[in-house]
Amino acid sequence: MADFLEFQGVTKRFGKTIAVNHASFGVKKGEFFSLLGPSGCGKTTLLRMLAGFERPDEGRICLDGKDITDLPPNKRSVNTVFQNYALFPHLSVFDNIAFGLKVAGRPKDEIESEVEKMLRLVQMEDRADHFPNQISGGQKQRVAIARALVNRPRVLLLDEPLAALDLKLRQRMLLELDLIHDEVGITFLYVTHDQGEAMSLSDRIAVMHAGVCEQIARPAEVYEAPKTSFVASFIGDTNFFDGVVSACPEPNYCRLSIGGFAEVLCYNDKQKAVGDRVNLSVRPEKFRISVDPPAGAAPRLNVLRAKVEDIIYSGNHTNYWVSVGERRVAIYQQHLAYLLDEKPIRWGDEVWLSWHADNGYMLDDSAPVDESLLPPKIPQNAAAAGEAK
Amino acid sequence: MKRSFFSLAVLGVVMAFLYGPVLLIFAYGFVPNGASMSFFGADGRFLGFSGKWYSLIFGGHHSVAPLMQSFWLSLRIAGLATVVSCVIGTTAALALHRFKSRLQSVHYALVYTPLVMPDILIGISLLMLFVACGVDCGFWTILVAHVTFCVSYVTMTLLARLQDFDDRLIESAYDLGAGPWYTFFKVELPLLLPGIVAGGLLAFTLSIDDVVITSFVNGAGTNTFPTFVSSMTKHSRNLPAVFALSTLMLCFTCALVGVSKALSRNPQNSKRKSK
Ligand SMILES: Nc1ncnc2c1ncn2[C@@H]1O[C@H](COP(=O)(O)OP(=O)(O)OP(=O)(O)O)[C@@H](O)[C@H]1O
Ligand SMILES: [Mg+2]
Repeated sequence: MADFLEFQGVTKRFGKTIAVNHASFGVKKGEFFSLLGPSGCGKTTLLRMLAGFERPDEGRICLDGKDITDLPPNKRSVNTVFQNYALFPHLSVFDNIAFGLKVAGRPKDEIESEVEKMLRLVQMEDRADHFPNQISGGQKQRVAIARALVNRPRVLLLDEPLAALDLKLRQRMLLELDLIHDEVGITFLYVTHDQGEAMSLSDRIAVMHAGVCEQIARPAEVYEAPKTSFVASFIGDTNFFDGVVSACPEPNYCRLSIGGFAEVLCYNDKQKAVGDRVNLSVRPEKFRISVDPPAGAAPRLNVLRAKVEDIIYSGNHTNYWVSVGERRVAIYQQHLAYLLDEKPIRWGDEVWLSWHADNGYMLDDSAPVDESLLPPKIPQNAAAAGEAK
Repeated sequence: MKRSFFSLAVLGVVMAFLYGPVLLIFAYGFVPNGASMSFFGADGRFLGFSGKWYSLIFGGHHSVAPLMQSFWLSLRIAGLATVVSCVIGTTAALALHRFKSRLQSVHYALVYTPLVMPDILIGISLLMLFVACGVDCGFWTILVAHVTFCVSYVTMTLLARLQDFDDRLIESAYDLGAGPWYTFFKVELPLLLPGIVAGGLLAFTLSIDDVVITSFVNGAGTNTFPTFVSSMTKHSRNLPAVFALSTLMLCFTCALVGVSKALSRNPQNSKRKSK
């Protein structure tokens, strides 16, 4: 069965830049779907094509089985919450929300009751007669959502609606958005470059990079099983290990020899054969480090000796950078017990580094990744660079 | 800052040059003797103020009939020229703002030219055009001439306003289901109204006191207020009536400016003040 909202090979070019490159995916009815990606990757362009402000150069967009690619924006049953809210400055909060209903020519008392209902939903009843320049950013935001929702769109498009808000307000609005979504049951298409927002709100996420949708999956899947090195590094931090399969000791597991590092065991869900190149991603929190060797040798545990190079304490966890051979590895370790769980780890200590073979994930590509997206370099380099200046 | 004698003197001179003539006009609107233009009789006795010029005007006396005729003509032409140039100027500004073409700079230059061209050149060229077309000069040629230069002012004023117009408002109106006309009347027009009013006001004042261009295209016997006044003999017995009318016009213009100021004030600002 076809999905509620479907992008079929949608492509958009601006001169030489390809803003969106063959985007094909479906969004289910009532789903909270996010487009996540760095600035300039084509998220807004994709959204504007759905809203009708841009025409795709190729491909079709279908909503509820109907091709809406060529419909003008005012004939589509989708509504947008713009990044800067775009409230009408000459209309009061009430009239802003009522705009869509007035256009539709609904009777006056119906408009009134609908707008009242919306005002209650976004908790702005007492500000109905204020003008947009008399309310705060968070309130504008809520009016913008109400103005779009009151028309009962089939899909609500939100283009980085929280980008202009401060952190505290953003967190509160995040919660409210989630509540509103649960309450109205409308399909949300949410654009953001903030992985935290996307992770916490979405049913599914499309991670975009340079106009291409690199992975479309549930948040946990995107995090734990990233398809490409871009996805792995854009969402959370990770360690990449480029290696060659040296042996396959048991089904579904293989040994990787990683240049300048060590030979490690990893889960082989991609059915790689001996001699294949593999790009392995291991999240920093998947490692354990300890002064004593890990107790009770669990099966398929990789255990290595490492030297601590840097420690950054951040309350609920500590970041360690350790060196193994020629490689540096980033590690997050949670503090499970009061103060310090185990023997304290200090700079320069020789420690044990361990992780389970299942906790590494093979990526589809081995392409070199954007340097700026790698975990932060050890401060020694930064200090050296600082001195050189 | 300390007020020195010098700065006060400069202020006094500037004020005298700016507003002295206006006060004089106002005063001479009440002169009792139109022939001598003096408040004093031959024997040096003060004759007092007279309201007879005002009563001539309001009474519709035949001696001021041509003056009144020219005055009403000026008002009609200025009013019509304002409306027409507002409509044309607004559409021109919107088009120039929205459709950025390669000829953009050429279009801007075309709009800009009448602002910098000497009036006398516009007057002559328009007259040549009307003659070439075989049009009789009169009311309509004056109107066309006034619209020609007023449109530029309205367009330029509005283009400046459009610089800080948020185009996303139009998109959000479309997004909420509005068509182009609904969007224009409910979103663009209310937001641009202060700019249109400002442009219209400029057009009105320019039209009502234009002498140079009008004197080329008015043809025989058709006089607007400024051309009539300038053609009046220096020693016309009814000159004080001109002063009286000018005073009335000044009051009218001030009232117009006041009204437009009140109109163009943003509703949200006035609301905020009242709170
Ligand atoms: N109207 C346009 N004309 C030319 N190029 C454009 C236009 N709109 C977008 N682009 C280009 O298309 C690419 C994608 O832009 P888009 O606005 O979709 O990015 P985005 O993912 O929304 O980024 P951001 O997170 O910064 O909003 C960019 O390289 C941008 O320069
Ligand atoms: Mg964007």
